[in-house]
Amino acid sequence: MSDELVFHFDIDGEDFTSAGQASVQIKKNLRQLGLPSEIIRRVSIAMYEGEINMVVHARGGKADVIVREDCIEIRLADSGPGIKNIEQAMQEGFSTASDEVRSLGFGAGMGLPNMKRYTDEMHIDSTVGVGTTVTMKVYFPVE
Amino acid sequence: MRIRTMQELLGARVVCCEENLDRQVYSACGCDLMSDVLAYVKDQAVLLTGLVNPQVVRTAEMMDMICIVFVRSKMPSPEMIEMAKEHGIVVMCTEKRLYEACGILYSNGLVGSATKV
Repeated sequence: MSDELVFHFDIDGEDFTSAGQASVQIKKNLRQLGLPSEIIRRVSIAMYEGEINMVVHARGGKADVIVREDCIEIRLADSGPGIKNIEQAMQEGFSTASDEVRSLGFGAGMGLPNMKRYTDEMHIDSTVGVGTTVTMKVYFPVE
Repeated sequence: MRIRTMQELLGARVVCCEENLDRQVYSACGCDLMSDVLAYVKDQAVLLTGLVNPQVVRTAEMMDMICIVFVRSKMPSPEMIEMAKEHGIVVMCTEKRLYEACGILYSNGLVGSATKV
């Protein structure tokens, strides 16, 4: 009965230079749907940071973007090492990224805080040694 | 400030999307940390950076930025130029260093916009 629209992406974890391709694609898809540009920007930035995280920490994963009547939900799931201390990981400036990642302009400890900042809801479900699932929602403005 | 004016002030070489030189930019960000760029909302902004990899172009695209200036004579790769073309992002290269390039633009009226979400 619901008019959900789901976009699925497999995030390749092999190559950092290609990280972000799914976010570029989702931005195109959302534009084609004629959604408000501010909503598109928030969704694609949050997804981009999440995608970078999955490539950097978890050798890739899966991303689903679900467009609903009242919101856009982003689900990012990986089978990476998991997050030991979520509270600590949420602090701006905290990072476990390698020097190589830092030299590429990321790993400044802003990824998760940025994801939270650009979305209305964010939930992290993580088990060390099993993986991490991040669910984010951006609601459409109520007219 | 028009992108063309920025190009003149910085003595920069245009690498792609010359047709967009008359677009206006309202704010600028000088940064090598892409996550910091992503932390701030920019409206029709320019990114000045010394970092050269495809994530710079993707970050600009995510933020709806319309111009990237590479400082210290750094040259983007053909792959990066193609990505920028696809999104109509003007790419320029200047010999100036980041601090100097930012200072020139700032003192000519292009202020930074730091509206944290």
